[in-house]
Amino acid sequence: MSFPILSYMIFIPFLGIIAVLVLRKEQVQAIRWASALFSFIPLVLSFFLLAHYDSSTSTMQFVEKHTWIPSLGVTYFLGADGLSVPMLFLTALLSFLSVIASFNIKFRVKEYFAFFLLLEVGMMGVFAALDFFLFYIFWEVMLVPMYFLIGIWGGPRKEYAAIKFFLYTLFGSVFMLIGILALYFTSQPHTLNMMELISQAPLLGRGFQLIVFVAFFLAFAIKVPIFPFHTWLPDAHVEAPTAVSVILAGILLKMGIYGLLRVSLPMFPKAALYYALPLALLALINIVYGALVCMAQKDLKKMVAYSSVSHMGYCILGISALTVTGVSGCVFQMFSHGLITGALFLLVGVLYDRAHTRDIDAFGGLWIKIPVYSGVMILFCMGSLGLPGLSGFISEFMVFIGSFPVFKVIVALAVLGVVITAAYFLRMIQKMFLGTFNTKWEALTEISGRELFTVIPLAILMIGVGVYPSPLADMIRATLENIVHLVTG
Amino acid sequence: MLPYSWLIPCFPLLSFALIIFFTIKKPRLSSLVSIGAVALSFLFSFIVLVTVLGNPVTSEFKINWLDLPGFKVEAGMLIDPLTAVMLMVVTIVSMLVQIYSVGYMAGDSRFSRYFSFLSLFTFSMLGLVLSNNFFEIFIFWELVGLTSYLLIGFWFEKKTASDAGKKAFITTRTGDLAFLVGIFLLTTTVGTLNFQEAFHQVESGAISSTLLTLSAILIFGGAVGKSAQFPLHVWLPDAMEGPTPVSALIHAATMVAAGVYLVARLMSIYALSVPASLVVAIIGAFTAFLAASIALVQNDIKRVLAYSTISQLGYMIMALGLGGYTAGTFHLMTHASFKALLFLGAGSVIHSMHTNDIWEMGGLYLKMRTTAITFILGSLSLAGIFPLSGFWSKDEILLLALNKSPIFALVGLAVAFMTAFYMFRLCFIAFYGKARDQHKFEHAHESPKVMTVPLVILAFLSVFAGWVGIPWLSKGYSTFVYHHEVHHLEPNFILMLVATFVALSGIYLAYVIYYKGTISAERLKNRFSSIHKLLYNKYYFDELYNAIIIRPLFKLADFLFKKFDLGVIDWLVNAAGNFTVFLSWFWELFDTYVVDGAVNGLGYVVRGTGAGIRKVQTGQLQNYAFVIFFGIVLIILLKIF
Amino acid sequence: MPSLYHYLSLSALLFCIGIFGALTRRNAIGILMAIELLFNAVNINFVAFARFIDPQAIVGQVFTIFVITIAAAEAAVGLAIIILIYRQHKGVDVDKVNIMKW
Repeated sequence: MSFPILSYMIFIPFLGIIAVLVLRKEQVQAIRWASALFSFIPLVLSFFLLAHYDSSTSTMQFVEKHTWIPSLGVTYFLGADGLSVPMLFLTALLSFLSVIASFNIKFRVKEYFAFFLLLEVGMMGVFAALDFFLFYIFWEVMLVPMYFLIGIWGGPRKEYAAIKFFLYTLFGSVFMLIGILALYFTSQPHTLNMMELISQAPLLGRGFQLIVFVAFFLAFAIKVPIFPFHTWLPDAHVEAPTAVSVILAGILLKMGIYGLLRVSLPMFPKAALYYALPLALLALINIVYGALVCMAQKDLKKMVAYSSVSHMGYCILGISALTVTGVSGCVFQMFSHGLITGALFLLVGVLYDRAHTRDIDAFGGLWIKIPVYSGVMILFCMGSLGLPGLSGFISEFMVFIGSFPVFKVIVALAVLGVVITAAYFLRMIQKMFLGTFNTKWEALTEISGRELFTVIPLAILMIGVGVYPSPLADMIRATLENIVHLVTG
Repeated sequence: MLPYSWLIPCFPLLSFALIIFFTIKKPRLSSLVSIGAVALSFLFSFIVLVTVLGNPVTSEFKINWLDLPGFKVEAGMLIDPLTAVMLMVVTIVSMLVQIYSVGYMAGDSRFSRYFSFLSLFTFSMLGLVLSNNFFEIFIFWELVGLTSYLLIGFWFEKKTASDAGKKAFITTRTGDLAFLVGIFLLTTTVGTLNFQEAFHQVESGAISSTLLTLSAILIFGGAVGKSAQFPLHVWLPDAMEGPTPVSALIHAATMVAAGVYLVARLMSIYALSVPASLVVAIIGAFTAFLAASIALVQNDIKRVLAYSTISQLGYMIMALGLGGYTAGTFHLMTHASFKALLFLGAGSVIHSMHTNDIWEMGGLYLKMRTTAITFILGSLSLAGIFPLSGFWSKDEILLLALNKSPIFALVGLAVAFMTAFYMFRLCFIAFYGKARDQHKFEHAHESPKVMTVPLVILAFLSVFAGWVGIPWLSKGYSTFVYHHEVHHLEPNFILMLVATFVALSGIYLAYVIYYKGTISAERLKNRFSSIHKLLYNKYYFDELYNAIIIRPLFKLADFLFKKFDLGVIDWLVNAAGNFTVFLSWFWELFDTYVVDGAVNGLGYVVRGTGAGIRKVQTGQLQNYAFVIFFGIVLIILLKIF
Repeated sequence: MPSLYHYLSLSALLFCIGIFGALTRRNAIGILMAIELLFNAVNINFVAFARFIDPQAIVGQVFTIFVITIAAAEAAVGLAIIILIYRQHKGVDVDKVNIMKW
């Protein structure tokens, strides 16, 4: 592959930052369209990525490797496999849609879009980097724009949320750094190359694996988030502006899962086997606890935020099973949750922009007043609660059927989460869209074309994956088989 | 022809898409599209039936849908006599109900949307019937649940309607949990999702009997939810909040029968597990009795029918539990025709009276002759009067029960008695006697043709559909739809006579109380007031579930969120933050007084000395330069000399 | 025929004048001019040494060119600063320009 497509995907948004910075801050329209353009190009490139990806092998593709800091053995090493290609696509898609959705930002537009594009650089980089040094840099690069995006453009408690998010994540990152250093100094010769480290993984001692696994796990668990490290999530999601919530839920949460699959499983196979049961228990707690907490929510956005906690539990459950089906289910759930929850946040934002409240109890009978919005919202709620024919169901089904042979009782209990999820979504639908119309909202306007444009691609993908999941399943199979094989031997 | 059967569900799906995206603004066109689609499905189903009648074998068509390691998920169709019969039932009832709805829903502001939902439902139900594997049937199982939810809550402005929809969805989903876990248990053990392959595996002993029983009972949980069996029966009466044709289609004839269909479809599994079959039979019998007893005292015409439906479904489930594949599905078929008829008849009454309360009706026979006659025919059929459809199917079940276990036959007879009684209580109160609400009575009128014609067709079916199962026929229903060996039991005349007598006595009792008034209903009520209260309040199931499940669950959710999530976890997080802040405050003090003290002390010393020396500093750059220059000159001079 | 010492004397004289000027002038332009004198004194030294020690190598001349160039640049920057100071303070007396002094 001579064309360095991954580098282009990572650094074109960076060009976008420069473009945005060059424009004067009064040229709001130009800034918006420039950002849209520079986030659209990676999306186009990601289609090429999908088209040219060879799903028959688990080796890294589109590889770019250049020496960077030879004295430390640091290389500029990018590559994509069946795990990262869908994530890169999702990142490109959600970033583009979020930029479109951010057109209604009025305050400090220039800085907003610059930060946003920087965020995209970081996200793309994390999914493409195959060198720990690079990986860590991108991982941290995301953090900074996120802090400002929440802290400047956020809701009433934005400072608290931003600081909480930043400190929480940084806390995890520090452990990851320790883990990376530990791996660096254990490897012979010292290397930060992930592929190299994976091939050396069987040499690592069991005790070492058990300890370093935990260090990485802390970093990833906070990102996912896994109970009990989840409390940053509702605050950050609720306070963040709409598009940022979309990115948070759609991409950032996936990085924890991605890290577990990319780093924790292949590099610490013994530890992964050892910790499978605790992981499954945590997953069960995530699923049921997250769902129960959702039932107690009065704030729509907070409910969607907590639902992410519940849904990420399915991912963890799929991973803990260490079966190809379970792990495939996990990747499906990552993808599908990105689509569905991304869309839900977009839709919540649409309503909040008009009504300036997110109190579920404040609405009622909206289906009469704004039928298109309500229809779309209900469609995504159905997707989120796992209605067959939509992508959420496939992923949940795969997770369950993949992990059932391993953890029978835990899965049987986790299925409870499905009913509770249905309960809180239906309760929300009933309170907001059904019932008598609350005349207070007489002036509410229907969803606009631009807003509809941001969710329609997600709806199409959600239905597409739900009805015909084979392409995605084929794409990820070889890679995941390899990962599972590395762990279970 | 059979390989093209996949088109059958596709027509309604297409119609759904057409209505939603194109004709939503044109109600008349939407209804035509929807009815046309289901008519096409009906035509195809009819061809399928004829084909299968000619050659009654099981045929399967499938393609790979998703490859999972060691596990294939297929999309396919399984067509056997049972499927063919179910296809007919679903398409006929759906078609008639849709035609009827044109009259019933006329003028509704969401007319098109109503038909799109009906199409979606028909699609899902047909897909369910055609499914050839657990995965597919579960998908359609959930989809019918969704459409049921949408249609129950169709008039969502009414709080009770949206409540009922939610309740239906969540209650059936609770059953589906068990279903899902059962599927996992069974399919991961035998390693396939396909029905036929799973049956072969089970028959060859690939799964231990304990696991088989457990998974069979869990799967039955799904049927319990969908077919509204005890203990998940509470949603069906509330589901009557939906438009009446919907109740007829979904909550009487087709969707609620899906549970029965599921058990019938998996007969190979239940046949191998005696304990599971027993559980099925007991749940069925218990539900049949429970629901029939509640129906005795209800005053809402649709609720009586709803409890009657639950009771009859229990009947079918009981039959299946006793191994009566033929009897159970036969009753399913006849029940679909007469219960759809009864609901549509009730709808016709409600349409003209604008009330559900039977005590506001009365004497309607004079005003709505077609409705009344068809309704009474349906009631007779349901009560099991010779020679109507219901008689034959009910007789089949009773005969089976008698041969298997007489206790079930007794329960069956008791239920038959109650059924005859509550149905004719309804008929006598609503159609005979004096008009109780004069105002409403005067406005009552016969429904338009578009509504009465489906009634007449269904009445025809209620009378004659059962004749295909007359036990003396050499090539009847029981030779067409059967499981493994022919369960052909010798017809028992005495049983037929006893059953007829029981039914007639039930009707007579209703006649005496509600028509002649010889026995006062009021006095009976007062005499047995505690029982009446218990029955009238449906054994307080709703209150019970509310108290032991729903409220504790909400309390738990609230507790977890407010006390645990915010109170403990987040408190810990914030406490950690606050502790850090405290530490930094402490260290600041330390810094100020200890570290800074030392530094400042040093500073004071330096300052003191500096104060003396500062005099030298003029601040004039040129002075310094002068000093430097002369310094250098001095050094050079020193060097030289 | 002037010897090396003549040149050195001239240069020393110029240097002394320059130092005197730089140390005593209060006017910034004057200081700048005095510094130019210092440069030139040094330049003379370079050229003289180059001529008298190794006439073939023109290192001293080259270096002088550099010094002149730098001096020109320095004068430009210096004058620019002085102009700005003039605008700020309405004068170029270096004693008055003490805003950086604590």
